[in-house]
Amino acid sequence: MDLDFTSEQNMLRDAAAKFFQNECDYEKVKKIEESAEGYSPELWQKVAELGWTGLIFPEQYGGYGGSFMDLVIIQEEIGKAVFPSPFFSTVVQCGLLILEGGTEEQKTELLGRISDGSLIMSLAQYEPETDYSYESITMPARPEKDAYVLNGIKLFAMDANIAEKLIVAARAEDAGLTLFLVEAKAPGVKITKLPYVSSENACEVVFTDVRVPKKDILGTPGGACDLLEKMYAKAAVAKAAEMSGGCQAAIDMTAKYAREREQYGNPIGGYQAIQHFMANMLLSYDTLNNYLYRVTCMIDEGEDFSRDASALKAIANEAYRYVTERAVKIHGAIGTTREANIALFYRRAHPFSMSCGSTAYHYEKVAQKLLSEGLGSF
Amino acid sequence: MDFKLTEAQLALKKEYDDFFREEMKKAPPITFKGGLEATFSDEGYEFAKYMRKKLVEKGWYVQHWPEEYGGRNAPLIDQLIFNESVGYFGVPGIDGFGVGMFGPTVLLYGTEEQKKRILLPIARGEVQYCQGWSEPNAGSDLASLKTTAIKDGEYYIVNGQKTWTTGAHKADRMFLLARTNPAEKRSRGLSVFNVDLTLPGIEVRPIKYMDGAHIYNEVWFTDVKIHESERIGPENQGWGITRDTMNFERSGIGTFSRVRRQLELIVEYVKTTKRNGRYLYEDPLVRQKIGRLYAEMEAGRAQAYRIAWLQEKGNLRISPALASESKVYGTELTQRVADFALEIMGLSGNLEDSPWAPLQGAMINLYQSIIGNIICAGSNEIQRNIIAWVGCGLPRLKGQG
Repeated sequence: MDLDFTSEQNMLRDAAAKFFQNECDYEKVKKIEESAEGYSPELWQKVAELGWTGLIFPEQYGGYGGSFMDLVIIQEEIGKAVFPSPFFSTVVQCGLLILEGGTEEQKTELLGRISDGSLIMSLAQYEPETDYSYESITMPARPEKDAYVLNGIKLFAMDANIAEKLIVAARAEDAGLTLFLVEAKAPGVKITKLPYVSSENACEVVFTDVRVPKKDILGTPGGACDLLEKMYAKAAVAKAAEMSGGCQAAIDMTAKYAREREQYGNPIGGYQAIQHFMANMLLSYDTLNNYLYRVTCMIDEGEDFSRDASALKAIANEAYRYVTERAVKIHGAIGTTREANIALFYRRAHPFSMSCGSTAYHYEKVAQKLLSEGLGSF
Repeated sequence: MDFKLTEAQLALKKEYDDFFREEMKKAPPITFKGGLEATFSDEGYEFAKYMRKKLVEKGWYVQHWPEEYGGRNAPLIDQLIFNESVGYFGVPGIDGFGVGMFGPTVLLYGTEEQKKRILLPIARGEVQYCQGWSEPNAGSDLASLKTTAIKDGEYYIVNGQKTWTTGAHKADRMFLLARTNPAEKRSRGLSVFNVDLTLPGIEVRPIKYMDGAHIYNEVWFTDVKIHESERIGPENQGWGITRDTMNFERSGIGTFSRVRRQLELIVEYVKTTKRNGRYLYEDPLVRQKIGRLYAEMEAGRAQAYRIAWLQEKGNLRISPALASESKVYGTELTQRVADFALEIMGLSGNLEDSPWAPLQGAMINLYQSIIGNIICAGSNEIQRNIIAWVGCGLPRLKGQG
């Protein structure tokens, strides 16, 4: 057992923290949020130069061969900075899908371009009547000679408005649920950014007779469920890392406010009502954070982590919502304004807790495993 | 970073688990009720003493202590694995007061003579300690305690009353916090003593817990003469020493393995119990809560490993904020386990000793005992103050201790 970070990991964290401090403070975040693109191409390029976009991909595909813990460290810092970028959609979701399911050619091309920052991607999976269940995805992909023809509506495709390529989950009529690589500018693809509480780039994507060559299938025909399930187990942990970082920043910010803000002649942080809120917040964060590192180690050590990934994401959902809600409350009226930094976090609480599976979804997954397999050895 | 155990540690874990699995087959029913009753009831105490003897024979009882005082300098990780196993199997017999609290205090603050005289009997499992802190008017506000120990030649004369003294009726000794300088207020002027409970002038009176169990006591002191060689550390410096005593070994890992066992029992219960025509596990609300308890248990366990790791790297003292966090989280998680279990057990959950009582009444017992744990050893409200002060850097206002 060794629960310390390596010196390289400490350096990675310090460098990331410094980057956001210098390049993307909360004022900048608010400006980026107001833009139609919802991200800064300039900062995205800098992030790529720092090596983050290729962090988890093997060197042979243009990446840096980092561990999952390295990704978790970056995600924590992104969460602290509430950095608006296509990092999660492109690197974590699409990147992991390609790494797991792609052909050598696809991996070389796509992961190489994700790593150098020249390719932004989006996963189009959810539908008006379907959220997390793969079985319920209905959008048809009709086989036609050497291609499939896609028709239907996808919702909450993150960063589709700035993406060059999409990964689309559709039901091939001859094979079942399949992932397709689709050009965002392909004829028949219409992308509309939706007003989303966190100002993230959540998009509607409408497909009208979109022809996708068979060679642009990701993985095997009918093989989407397995790829998505594997990706989401890891993506849930990465999202939990972002939320853990967010909790930490929200707590630091709120503790500082509670030390400085005076009412009745005392700093409000001296009053027990506030102290007990803050104690609960810190406890939520600390347990989340330590569990995050434990599950991350399970991933890096090649253990079966899917049950714990679900449990972790549920814990992250509960913690992030609780911490950010109390944080706004402690800030008082000023915390409810558009200009308040703490409101950036509060507005993300709901969308983050729905990303990669809601609390109820993950508790049910954990329960299923416990009821069928028992708790197992520990 | 890795949470992996070495081959040797895995072997050790197996040795603990195998041994306890076998030995616990000999335990009387009351032991499975868990909580303090398992140790301090007449029926439970006999088995607790039997297990203590076994643990000493195995060399496990104080294995993390230095060799010269009966231990084997075991790394804290070994102790962590041991505590997990003890928690999981509900093994009674380890004197938490002597082994867990006072022993480390004496190691840190005692003279060489005191270490030999006090630690060796603890290490050999010959004595049971109790904790002489709370008084009728000094609960959460411990520093307001009034029991005095006034120097008279080579002796201190002790007068006053301690209360909520867990297991005093079974204990041989007490570590006592008393006021040696009555002119000083609050945390100044206090000292720590090692007290032989057979001394003249000490009277132990029972307090019955809500479930009828005899766990807590009042301990009255009337002109009790305690030799100065029993004072631990410098005179009037007892508060700082006591703050350390509170924070030894507070990873709370045993709580999470105990919850694991409880959760296993609950999973088995919902899979085998029908209510109104369907199995309990089919109820989505039941499934949600099982998922949640597992997640909270594992998060708390990861945190406990972190605390143990920090202890392993530093000394035995850890941040009071972390010690407080583990107490709050562990006790309140346990309470949620009991509440959830009783909710799904419905009317049957109310039964204490009955063939109709699910899980031999363990959950209704836990429901009653856990509220005591939430209050004792520094109420969770006080713990939250400490977390806010130390962990979040919030100010202490006048009157907040």
